[in-house]
Amino acid sequence: MKLIVNGAPREIDVEPDMPLLWVLRDELGLTGTKYGCGVAACGACTVHVDGEAVFSCVTPAGDVEGAEITTIEGLGQPGALHALQAAWIEHQVAQCGYCQSGQIMRAADLLAQTPDPSDDEIDDALSANLCRCGTYPRIRAAVKSVARTMREG
Amino acid sequence: MGRIRTIARRTFLIGSAAVLGGVAFGVWRVRTPYPNPLADRLEAGEASFNPWVLIGPEKITLITPHADKGQGVASAQAALIADELDLEFGQFEISFGQPDRAYWNRGAADEGVPFMATDDGMIAGAARSVAGGAIKLLGLMMTGGSTAMTDSFDKLREAGAVARETLKLAAAQQTGIPVDRLATGEGAVLLPDGTRLPYTALAATAAGIEPVGAVRLRSPREWRLIGKPMQRLDMAAKCTGTMRYGIDISMDGMLHAAIRTNPRQGGALLGFDASAARGMRGVREIVEVTGGVAVVADNSWRAQQAVQAIACDWGPAPYPAAQADHWAEVAASFTEERRDSTWRDDGDIDKALAAGTAVEAEYRAPYVAHQPMEPLNATVLVTGEAVDVWCGQQIARQLQQIVGKVTGHKADAVRFHNQFMGGSFGHRLEFDFVRQAAEIANKMRGTPVKLTYTREEDFAHDYPRPLGIARGRGAVTDGRVTGIDLEIAAPSVMASQMGRAGIPMGGPDAQIAAGAWNNPYDLPHYRMRAYRVPKLAPVSSWRSVGASANGLFFDSFLDEVIHAAGADPMEERIRLMGHDVSRKVLEAVAEMSSWGGELAPGKGRGVAFVESFGVPCAEVVEVTDTGQGIRIDKVWVAADVGTVIDPVNFENLVQGGVIFGLGHAINSEITYADGIAQQTNYPDAEGMRLYQCPEIFVRGLENGSKVRGIGEPPVPPAAPALANAVFAATGQRLREMPFGRFMRFV
Repeated sequence: MKLIVNGAPREIDVEPDMPLLWVLRDELGLTGTKYGCGVAACGACTVHVDGEAVFSCVTPAGDVEGAEITTIEGLGQPGALHALQAAWIEHQVAQCGYCQSGQIMRAADLLAQTPDPSDDEIDDALSANLCRCGTYPRIRAAVKSVARTMREG
Repeated sequence: MGRIRTIARRTFLIGSAAVLGGVAFGVWRVRTPYPNPLADRLEAGEASFNPWVLIGPEKITLITPHADKGQGVASAQAALIADELDLEFGQFEISFGQPDRAYWNRGAADEGVPFMATDDGMIAGAARSVAGGAIKLLGLMMTGGSTAMTDSFDKLREAGAVARETLKLAAAQQTGIPVDRLATGEGAVLLPDGTRLPYTALAATAAGIEPVGAVRLRSPREWRLIGKPMQRLDMAAKCTGTMRYGIDISMDGMLHAAIRTNPRQGGALLGFDASAARGMRGVREIVEVTGGVAVVADNSWRAQQAVQAIACDWGPAPYPAAQADHWAEVAASFTEERRDSTWRDDGDIDKALAAGTAVEAEYRAPYVAHQPMEPLNATVLVTGEAVDVWCGQQIARQLQQIVGKVTGHKADAVRFHNQFMGGSFGHRLEFDFVRQAAEIANKMRGTPVKLTYTREEDFAHDYPRPLGIARGRGAVTDGRVTGIDLEIAAPSVMASQMGRAGIPMGGPDAQIAAGAWNNPYDLPHYRMRAYRVPKLAPVSSWRSVGASANGLFFDSFLDEVIHAAGADPMEERIRLMGHDVSRKVLEAVAEMSSWGGELAPGKGRGVAFVESFGVPCAEVVEVTDTGQGIRIDKVWVAADVGTVIDPVNFENLVQGGVIFGLGHAINSEITYADGIAQQTNYPDAEGMRLYQCPEIFVRGLENGSKVRGIGEPPVPPAAPALANAVFAATGQRLREMPFGRFMRFV
């Protein structure tokens, strides 16, 4: 089976019903995408498939063959941060940090669809992702700061 | 007075350990420092001045032994050393190090003695000193109880100062310049002509010098890092997916394991049929473990699928099967025989109540699960000589013993590589997941095996916070609160948890009363009695432990009595407060929230104050009754930790603690049916999501005399402040968590 992950084609030999999450983590070693619940309830596994946020824990690998998959590692890297990652660091958002890959991927999807989101739109989109440490006030502030920068150029 | 009498009546976790330790080792052992564990492992050219600083020719490593569950304690520990050592962030690496007695927790004594944290008296001080000696003799290396900063604040600054002064001696030896003409800055000793000698270049010389003894610690005016906003060392990695948690461990030849143990916790595995699992793709081994069975495969998901395909015959639960029977046992525990201790008996409460009982009420708090985002996991490699364990866990030396018992190795042969944790909230004080990984890996010696719990397995085996019931009676006179009689019944969290950890425990359990007995109000008549419910389901410390439930019991009941008196909730709390530092916390939150101002229709405000882990913390919650449900709009928080180490991380932790407290108060509980937890994944008990999150305003005060941790203290006041606000908005008292069962929240 061939997947396109962060722009690169990857050949894998897995059952078509293996969730994309476990392909990324155990077969491809991309551990930035996290396992949290396995039932699309916490969002720690959020990645982009053809530019849209999905729960990789319930996305069978066979369903995304040939699609463009982007993980947190493909969004930006420590030396070349995505604007959201830079804002996350600027606002010192993370505590345990385990959910933040998913939060950032969800926020990137929101801003791609809705560059200037209202408070309610931020709340609606990001409520798909759980943070057990309670970093929500900082997540809100970081998303807003990036939206503001995009708006003002 | 009463205190001497009461201490004689009580023995304690630490009290009993102190006796054992004192007999075994003698007083001198308490006074002698443990040897530096780094000294045995130095490589050529490396110098170590104490257990926390290691300098080699290429790099500087600071050992930050307190476990980082997400609270940022790795960065905070490093900052304490670096401030005195004149190092900048970026000039050193950090390591959790290897477990050693030298890293015993000096801050854990306060919670182990029967004195209020606000008691600065001589007897309280002596008891803490004895308790500290006992903890040292145990070599208890534990992260928990919000003690990391209390433990580290002086110790790690001294470690940095000793290293700095010794490096100056080394520079003096190399250059012949007298030491009093040398300075330090940005990782180097500075010569009078401005020449910089990097610490790394001085390591070889410093290695031959005895570390200096007495050092002067810098005054707060001289601090460069402490008290200033920091950039946490783990932040960039956590925002780019490059932080490697325990669950991300990978190494050559490693296999993946999934496990199922009896969902009736502690129950037996009577038999199993693994024939369906055996032929499934990727399956390498099927291993019976204590109380269950595990599958080892070449991929986590394949292991999970296969373990689900095993038919298991589970034995009964060693506790009541039905939740109603748990409640009945608690309700039946308000008896003389089950009284664990009388924690307060000030004035004459019976007389005060006889003159007129204004309020009587009963409160309840349910079992609640920890459920950090990173499911429990551990990677273990067993060989003939040693065991290597990679996971996040908070009681390092107990972990070594427990693993060694499984594999037949001495504890010292168990190398524990602690990992950054994706949360804990108390969950990673437990050992089952490590023991199970060791059992599996021990049957596959030479192969590293990573055991990862599914979320469902994690819920089924989460030792929750204990449930509890409180009964209160209150008296008022002339518009004032005059007396409170509060009784709390709950199972002992310490007996359950410390039993599993193998740490000695005797006497009453302070956590049955914590957050209720120790609030420093001067009530004319106050009695607080705790009752120990016989063992039910196994229970564990849940962020803020006893105070997480007792804060609601005490403060919301006080709020009822204040209401009965016709007094203002804020003014009456301030009037009753008998402790200056705590009073200032209440006054701060009153000022921040403009308490007493006009509120829009439908709005209500509640205030709560709870002291836990030595930190007085007050919160004001503002809600709106929207007609469709209660919306939590705003929260103001003031807390006094003596010294705020990093104001940014402080604010983040306080906001998180409030959200943790509110979310679980509204949404979360664990209930048992047929001995099995009915909540199996996040949708059943998830705490708070972003859409419910209020604005939260934080102020850290620094009037307290001791440096304290902020991980737990913001949690206990959140539930009562919310319940009190809901009452103010609607007239309805919420006396049982989760509140969502009685009131809709939007």
